[in-house]
Amino acid sequence: MKERILQLTGIQAFLAPWISVIKGEEVQKNVQALLKSYIYPLLSILLFIGIWHAGATYLFSKEATAKIEKARAERGDAGALEMQNCIISGDVSCQPNTLPSPAKVWDAYLSLLADHKIISAKKDAFDLKVAKTNEKRIAKGQDPITYTGRPSFVDQIKTSLKTVFAGFLLAAFIAIPIGIVIGLSTTLRTSFNWLIQILKPVSPVVWLLLVFMIVKTVMSDSDMDKSFMISFISVGLCSMWATLVNTSMGVSTVDKDFVNVAKVLKLSIGQNIFKVVLPSSLPMIFTGLRITLSVAWMVLIAIELLAQSPGLGSFVWEEFQNGASDSNAKIIVAMFVIGMIGFMLDRIMMVVQKMMSFNK
Amino acid sequence: MAYLELKNVSKAYGTGKDRVEVLKDINLTIEEGEFVAIVGFTGSGKTTLINLINGLEFPDEGEVLLQGKPITGPGPDRGVVFQNYSLLPWLTVAQNIKLAIDEVYPSASKNEKKEMIEKYVGMVHLSHAIDKLPSELSGGMRQRVSVARALAMNPKMLLMDEPLSALDALTRGTLQEEIVNIWGEDRKTCLLITNDVDEGIVMADRIIPLNPGPEATLGPNFKVDLARPRVIAEINKNDTYKHLRNEILEYLIAVGASRSSQKTTQYELPDLKPVMPGRIKWGLRKKKEKLEYF
Ligand SMILES: Nc1ncnc2c1ncn2[C@@H]1O[C@H](COP(=O)(O)OP(=O)(O)OP(=O)(O)O)[C@@H](O)[C@H]1O
Ligand SMILES: [Mg+2]
Repeated sequence: MKERILQLTGIQAFLAPWISVIKGEEVQKNVQALLKSYIYPLLSILLFIGIWHAGATYLFSKEATAKIEKARAERGDAGALEMQNCIISGDVSCQPNTLPSPAKVWDAYLSLLADHKIISAKKDAFDLKVAKTNEKRIAKGQDPITYTGRPSFVDQIKTSLKTVFAGFLLAAFIAIPIGIVIGLSTTLRTSFNWLIQILKPVSPVVWLLLVFMIVKTVMSDSDMDKSFMISFISVGLCSMWATLVNTSMGVSTVDKDFVNVAKVLKLSIGQNIFKVVLPSSLPMIFTGLRITLSVAWMVLIAIELLAQSPGLGSFVWEEFQNGASDSNAKIIVAMFVIGMIGFMLDRIMMVVQKMMSFNK
Repeated sequence: MAYLELKNVSKAYGTGKDRVEVLKDINLTIEEGEFVAIVGFTGSGKTTLINLINGLEFPDEGEVLLQGKPITGPGPDRGVVFQNYSLLPWLTVAQNIKLAIDEVYPSASKNEKKEMIEKYVGMVHLSHAIDKLPSELSGGMRQRVSVARALAMNPKMLLMDEPLSALDALTRGTLQEEIVNIWGEDRKTCLLITNDVDEGIVMADRIIPLNPGPEATLGPNFKVDLARPRVIAEINKNDTYKHLRNEILEYLIAVGASRSSQKTTQYELPDLKPVMPGRIKWGLRKKKEKLEYF
């Protein structure tokens, strides 16, 4: 099992040349493989950082020149000199606001981590302090007191992941059953086709507004977390279409041989669905789920941003509006984190998807 | 009354220009307990014939009668061994067979079902592979599972569509013996489709060639008057065997040759029109065929 997962994720292929070189097998061939799978990608990363750095430096100097010229126009040469010195000194108040360099992004990353440490320490201290009170409150049937301070970057990531999984599960629970029912009947498929085709391309923003209208009314007197509900339902509705379409297609195109077997064995409808139709369409369903998860992650950021619900999206938005000297760098950090989490989610789904495909 | 009777059965696929008359005026009677083999060329309509009997297809003309009644669909009285095994790849050997048993003995207890599964798997000598997936089995083993699944329905009639065609000669021989033994035990009515005359002679009571299609018809009956058990190595030297074998082969060669000489090939010339520069046709383009999801 462990080996199969290693193999499916590509980790095994990734490590194989190292292992062989260390063992001294086919050194020349494996060194080449190493070059190909490590050195070249590494070079491309360095190249990327280099171009980024050059670009950022250029933009920085352009912005700085503009600032100095502006100061000169307003306050004469003295003002220009003051501005120049201010920029060189690295003072936060006068830094040019532009694309941050890789080094600044790295610093921002470290400061976000440090921030997280401070906040979680505060949180632990708070929890310790209210532990006794909370016990009493729970005993009395009251809600425990929770920490309500500013969430750290890592907390935002966790919230986003929670939302995306809730949305993904919602999508799966809606799309798979409906897909199966629709896939089994040509009549249903043709009758609902228009609805699916129209709703599929609707933008996340519109879904969000629609969900907002409904949730606001339905939950007007409940004290559940409304912004979480709104964002995960919108994510689910935006992303479920791939699974819906794939499931119904997989169910409606079962191999003729298997259909014949089911007919000859006179399988009941239940047996037919669970022993023949579903297993044979599992690979397609999981392909759909993989697309659904990546779409869910992509629209999540936009939805959080619009819905003002906590998460990476609102983190990005707040930083953008905040306009502090390292805000831009923090936005870039968030960009890489979003990208990497998306990549990881996709890899996980790829492994699941491959495990679900059967050998004929 | 014959167990199975096909009366002037014709079957075509497709419509309009694509219509292919596969079978034409097929007449066939099989008595209860009889073992009949049908030999024919590839593509002549053997699988179509089997599908008419197992109820997956229905004749365009004529009728297929089982114990005097027209066939309305598949039933547990006819077990089918499909040409391409058709095992469900996500189920183990035992689970594949259980599928058949569940449908035929829905009220049997868990233990009874387990015993039955083991019995049928044992019958085809696969007890050691009972928990394997089809993808972990060799072609011959898969075919045996397919036979076991058909037997597990305890059908009155066994329909086998080239069940051994994918096997080497040695494995083929032992499986032929196994099938004949199983048939001998409770005298199921058997219809075997094969492309191997020797296989027909070793296993069947009667051999009927299917003439090459389209509009394939059945040839004359060849009775196999050889004592059972027949062992290929022994009957090889038998004069009746040699005679019969030659007779059938000569018949097949003759119909094959006459069919190919009748064939007239028509070459359809492509409709070529030169496209002149500067003459662009406006209007709707011809619709391309689209892959539709729904
Ligand atoms: N579902 C179908 N639709 C259209 N044409 C079909 C269909 N099934 C079979 N045919 C055609 O009918 C003819 C006979 O097919 P069939 O499968 O019965 O041949 P066969 O004798 O079993 O061949 P083989 O020995 O290769 O299994 C072929 O020309 C085939 O193209
Ligand atoms: Mg066939």
